[in-house]
Amino acid sequence: MSTYANKKGFGATIWDYLTTVDHKKIAILYLISGGLFFVIGGLEAMFIRIQLAIPNNDFVSAGFYNEILTMHGTTMIFLAAMPLVFAVMNAVVPLQIGARDVAFPFLNSLGFWLFFFGGIFLNLSWFLGGAPDAGWTSYASLSLHSEGHGIDFYVLGLQISGLGTLIAGINFLVTIINMRTPGMTYMRMPLFTWSTFVVSALILFAFPPLTVGLVLMMFDRMFGSNFFDVAAGGNTIIWEHLFWIFGHPEVYILILPAFGIFSEIFATFSRKRLFGYSSMVFATVLIGFLGFMVWAHHMFTTGLGPIANAIFAVATMAIAVPTGIKIFNWIFTMWGGSVKFTVPMLYAVAFIPTFTMGGVTGIMLASAPADYQYHDSYFVVAHFHYVIVGGVVLGLLAGINFYWPKMFGTMLNEKLGQITFWTFLIGFHLTFFIQHFLGLMGMPRRVFTFLDNQGLNTGNMISTVGAFLMAFGVLVMVINIIITSVKNEKVGNDPWGDGRTLEWAIPSPPPFYNFKQLPLVRGLDPYWVEKMEGKTEMTPAEPLGDIHMPNSSILPLTIAFGLFVAAFGALYNMDDKTWTLPIIIVGLLITFGSMLIRSVKDDHGYHIHKEDLMDDKDKGGKA
Amino acid sequence: MQSDERFTDATWPASPEKATLEGKNKYLGFWLFLGGETVLFASLFATYLALKDKVPNGDAALAKDLFELPLTFVATMLLLTSSLTSVYAMYHMKNNHFKQMQAWLVITVALGFAFLGLEIYEFNHYVHEYHHTFTSSAFGSAFYTLVGFHGGHVAFGLMWIISLMVRNARRGLNLYNAPKFYVASLYWHFIDVVWVFIFTVVYLMGMVG
Amino acid sequence: MANEQSNSANPNVDLKYRRKKNAEEMKHQVISFTLMIFFTLIAFAAVGIEGFSHWFIKPVILLLAAVQVVFQLYYFMHMKHKGHGTIALFLFSGLAVGLITVLVFTTIVWL
Repeated sequence: MSTYANKKGFGATIWDYLTTVDHKKIAILYLISGGLFFVIGGLEAMFIRIQLAIPNNDFVSAGFYNEILTMHGTTMIFLAAMPLVFAVMNAVVPLQIGARDVAFPFLNSLGFWLFFFGGIFLNLSWFLGGAPDAGWTSYASLSLHSEGHGIDFYVLGLQISGLGTLIAGINFLVTIINMRTPGMTYMRMPLFTWSTFVVSALILFAFPPLTVGLVLMMFDRMFGSNFFDVAAGGNTIIWEHLFWIFGHPEVYILILPAFGIFSEIFATFSRKRLFGYSSMVFATVLIGFLGFMVWAHHMFTTGLGPIANAIFAVATMAIAVPTGIKIFNWIFTMWGGSVKFTVPMLYAVAFIPTFTMGGVTGIMLASAPADYQYHDSYFVVAHFHYVIVGGVVLGLLAGINFYWPKMFGTMLNEKLGQITFWTFLIGFHLTFFIQHFLGLMGMPRRVFTFLDNQGLNTGNMISTVGAFLMAFGVLVMVINIIITSVKNEKVGNDPWGDGRTLEWAIPSPPPFYNFKQLPLVRGLDPYWVEKMEGKTEMTPAEPLGDIHMPNSSILPLTIAFGLFVAAFGALYNMDDKTWTLPIIIVGLLITFGSMLIRSVKDDHGYHIHKEDLMDDKDKGGKA
Repeated sequence: MQSDERFTDATWPASPEKATLEGKNKYLGFWLFLGGETVLFASLFATYLALKDKVPNGDAALAKDLFELPLTFVATMLLLTSSLTSVYAMYHMKNNHFKQMQAWLVITVALGFAFLGLEIYEFNHYVHEYHHTFTSSAFGSAFYTLVGFHGGHVAFGLMWIISLMVRNARRGLNLYNAPKFYVASLYWHFIDVVWVFIFTVVYLMGMVG
Repeated sequence: MANEQSNSANPNVDLKYRRKKNAEEMKHQVISFTLMIFFTLIAFAAVGIEGFSHWFIKPVILLLAAVQVVFQLYYFMHMKHKGHGTIALFLFSGLAVGLITVLVFTTIVWL
């Protein structure tokens, strides 16, 4: 119970976090580990840019370069962007819908630990004979012939962390469907909650194909099956399809939460209701829907035939429509609003042109005939960095700045935040804008070096300089976080002063039970509605009563750890080592044993009594 | 939580699986999981269909040579019947008849084991009679993966139902374990749904050619 | 929150009614089971009996399978009851994604 956290020692705090099932603490765990992987992925990016700064560079070897570029992509998508998105979702969504917790607190924690051990497993490949080197897409024709265990680390690590993601997705769906507070209808849900809802549905349907693809790859590499072995009747295109059936929705899984965060920020700092709320909801759902029928645009040059290419090209272009709706709604939200340029708002405003540029090159790439020219060139690299960094990363930086006070009860420094913003933004455009032209001039992606006198020198140098600027921005942000945490100046409910949704109606950070009494929602932007009537608090929807809370548990960690152990056994088993079988068995025993304990031991949770809540006057709510 | 309190027939709610918030969440979450499982099995079916009869040389066994009607028919009857018996179990759960529920679950589990035994015999048969193995061809890999995934689900379901029965043997029904029994039975039905497509798409259509 | 269902004022009357309803539902279950077995028999017979063209057999057995699955879902898994809207939405979305996958794998993987 966090109430007593400040009385506990360091070890007890660690234990508290290892066993926590509180969504707010799990959010912090996601934030820390996601941040860590973001830094690792960023370092890999710096290695790439240093290597490509000058022609014929030998900073890293060709083979090592392949490992770096693979791990950069894999880490950033699966281990940095996903968990950071989950960090914000965990921190905010239950508060936004007025829930005391998520639907499955235990599974929420399990999801985190699976992700965490999967990520650690994948990154241990660096020290155990080499990282995966077949690109983050790991096409079967390449990866089946990759030497060493790199690809096996990829397959098993992603399998474990993918399982965690699937669990998190189901958890958020049930939370949003079942746990909304009285009055919080679907069409009153904040946009970030809506995007979480749609994203969770995408996770539910997109991750199983990845699971299947990884299983097939694992069988092929470890047990001698022939799914992708053409000589035995196999077909490598199957991997491409399975990967992209997952992979394309995955990019929407990342970008939609960013859209949600920006929608909150635009409304808050324009001090105006979000323009076209229902069309925003509609556009979010439509993007999610269309996101499932466009995956083959990653495979235009595979040779699917003109009919398939045409269908997927048209479907891809159709996505520009709902995205355009969103862009205009954000602009109209600012129009006539009383705009306040805080750091989150700066990110939001910069996001619009940046992301639009990524969208426009997306339409160019969606034209199947033209794509034959762009395919596998730096033009593609520029495009997806414009949407992922210009959309997702800006969104996450904005979201972290915006929700930092809600998560930690203290504000990040605005000055330092602005420095981060400007260096990161300028650095970003410097790095990637020029890459469009490098691509059009014919520079292929995933090459470890280029020759002199091909007109690529200046562009690559500019790109590297920009990357250093981005790194500087991130560094300033880390310093900002440290300074802020040391100072730790506490803030109240609504530190931005213009909070509109439920999370700003309760203390920062919220008490572990979130809401003493569930709030009654009387319209869109419920806290704003109350404020406009001159109230400072939400009207409660229930009398003060006992609150039921789940118990902490170490089992999620042990379940995930067992799989981690078993994965090591499985990985080395293909070398015919005798010690691997016991390792697999021990790992699986840990996992299934923990699951058995979980299902056999009753866990009814505990109650916080009404009387204790009444003593807690300063924690908000009224008796 | 008073969810392990004992109920009389009169106080036992009409839908015990959805009477508590935890139950409702579990119920919905499990259905959503089945939505994800649908995609999982669809991907496996798709892979199987793409690799059906894809073999390295002319000697390898094809679907037409392998499958036999009687074996598949018996397996299908076993699993379909076990679906009905688990419906009976849930019927008795709703009536708060714990003993009868356990009895029907025992029958369900027995049928499940029979099905699993048949499947093991079948795989063994293919390997020894036709040299149709997991590694002999892409067709073999896809076949054993799809049907094996289903078999794995059956095995997991059996373990699940057995551990539920053993755990609750002495304490009977309450609102804490009713949702657990209910979702286990949903899982069992889902396994049956998948099997309906397996016997149709893999076996029957395989025999047709 | 142990029991949110509001039973009627007289629990015994309510109990009787519920028992009757459950028994009636069980009857429907048995009927749908019989139909499922019947469909299965037809499907196996269609394959077992020589002489039908496979252009005829394949669509018919697929249709029979689909009908059978509908019985499973709506009767055995109670999807015909109220309050299954969300569930149906997600299940059928999953099915749609799955069907697209199957369609693609049977058409554009260089067969």
